[in-house]
Amino acid sequence: MEMKAIRDGFGEALTELGKQNPRVVVLSGDLEDSTKAAAFKKEFPARFFNMGISEQDMIGTAAGMGREGFIPFACSFAVFLTNRAYDQIRITVCYNKANVKLAGSHAGISAGSDGATAQCLEDIAIMRALPNMTVICPADAVEVKKAVRAAAAHPGPVYIRTARTASEVVTTEATPFSVGKALTLREGKDLAIIACGIMVPEALRAAALLERSGVNAAVINMSTIKPLDREAVISAAKKYGAIVTAEEHQRAGGLGAAVAEVLSASFPVPVEFVAVNDSFGESGEPEELLAKYGLKDVDIARAASAVLRRRK
Amino acid sequence: MTEKTGFIKGLELKAGGFRAEILKMINKAGAGHPGGSLSCIDLLTALYFSKLRVFPEAPDNPGRDRFIMSKGHASPALYAVLAGRGFFPAAELDRFRKLGALLQGHVHTGVPGVELSTGSLGQGLSFANGMALAAKLKGEQHGIYCMLGDGEMQEGQVWEAFLTSAHHKLDNLCVILDANKVQQNGLVAEIKNIEPAAGKLKQFGWKVEEIDGHDMAQILRALDGFGKEPGRPYFIKADTIKGKGVSFMELNPRWHGKAPDDAELAAALSELAKWK
Repeated sequence: MEMKAIRDGFGEALTELGKQNPRVVVLSGDLEDSTKAAAFKKEFPARFFNMGISEQDMIGTAAGMGREGFIPFACSFAVFLTNRAYDQIRITVCYNKANVKLAGSHAGISAGSDGATAQCLEDIAIMRALPNMTVICPADAVEVKKAVRAAAAHPGPVYIRTARTASEVVTTEATPFSVGKALTLREGKDLAIIACGIMVPEALRAAALLERSGVNAAVINMSTIKPLDREAVISAAKKYGAIVTAEEHQRAGGLGAAVAEVLSASFPVPVEFVAVNDSFGESGEPEELLAKYGLKDVDIARAASAVLRRRK
Repeated sequence: MTEKTGFIKGLELKAGGFRAEILKMINKAGAGHPGGSLSCIDLLTALYFSKLRVFPEAPDNPGRDRFIMSKGHASPALYAVLAGRGFFPAAELDRFRKLGALLQGHVHTGVPGVELSTGSLGQGLSFANGMALAAKLKGEQHGIYCMLGDGEMQEGQVWEAFLTSAHHKLDNLCVILDANKVQQNGLVAEIKNIEPAAGKLKQFGWKVEEIDGHDMAQILRALDGFGKEPGRPYFIKADTIKGKGVSFMELNPRWHGKAPDDAELAAALSELAKWK
């Protein structure tokens, strides 16, 4: 089992992209050592800009460069990028359809011991609320590379959410990926778990746990949260009649909410949400935090049992 | 009359005509921002009819000078000038702020000649910096201009952007501050003073010029100074009067964001008929 942080895959992907495309530039909020954008800086110093600790200004600068034909990746912790610079992302980027790629690392509670101020738990909700924005939360350090390439090829705003902690690599270079398409990683019979980010490996482990008690769960990697793959969600609901969503994010407005919006309008079935429940995080080791905040494989398995009871 | 003063007189008359257009479009829309449009119209007239290299028939021509209107509520002024310069038919001015119209309430990229949609204050200069950095990376020679308001200087992002321009030695960037002294609920000096703005910008490493923003000769001279100071961004502090040209609007916060009714419009237009 290979363990690797999604942010490490991001840094490698950015550097590979820089080799292939001279229009790629990187702007950093003085966190390139943490976001792993430093790999790009080393290879392409003339196309790397440390914009200092001023995320709002960084976003606007990136948009100006995008308007002039560059493909700017603006990188910081997810929390400072999306929360601090929200109005700049809303107006300068999304309203203007600026060709800006936002890369937020340290998303989720697994950011760890830096504590609540660094753990971004709202970014999926606030980014997906914005018109013209695409939101991608890759499942692992391999998928993030495909997401980076796809983001560069996509005209307009894209947000890529990455995690700090090492997590299990569950896809390969050959695994299909396209923006807006869900991928079933494990077929099942009784219910579907729809997950994103590092919760995808947790969901696969949950499915293995469930199997021991005779429950066969499908696992769907929903790496694009906006535009959501509505067909995949509806077809899972029709096939299984019970859904669990799993995300390292607030329950309000995240992946689970996006799935529920589709199902409540089109094909209502019981849904259980594995997510942070309206609270801030705290300091601790990633695994300790995931356990304390109910985001582990066992929590997903418990939600699966609950949703099956509701389905009858 | 020398040729030069004739040219200046022509710009002044043009700006007077734009003042009337601004008030008429706001009256017709029933809403809009006359004060901050009238304060910057002399500056915009000089830019678009004397300084900027623009291509109304091909607005995205890569060789164009870029102009970013960061104080997006002054849309009537920019729209009047863009229409006057031939970017779109002047008839559009009559549909300002109407449902489905080309001219949105705040400056919008749907309008030919507009580089950035604005309206949430403080965001334009960062974008202009990005354009200036891009021009440096590509070795392009055009100028990047950005207009700010003095009330807008209260936004923190503007100061982040001032640091960026100077740090990256963006000598292809010219900021024009429309220092009209009035914001929505009173005087800038009384709400949150930004002065001495020129001194602050000098300390930030900018080349600074201070002018009367209604004196066309001074405006042209200041604009001609742009591009002559290698390694430093250029800041023109234009001392202006909010509502300039209409006595009852001048320096009166009530006219920041209020449309003149028909009687007020008639009174304003008769004052402007005697303009210059």
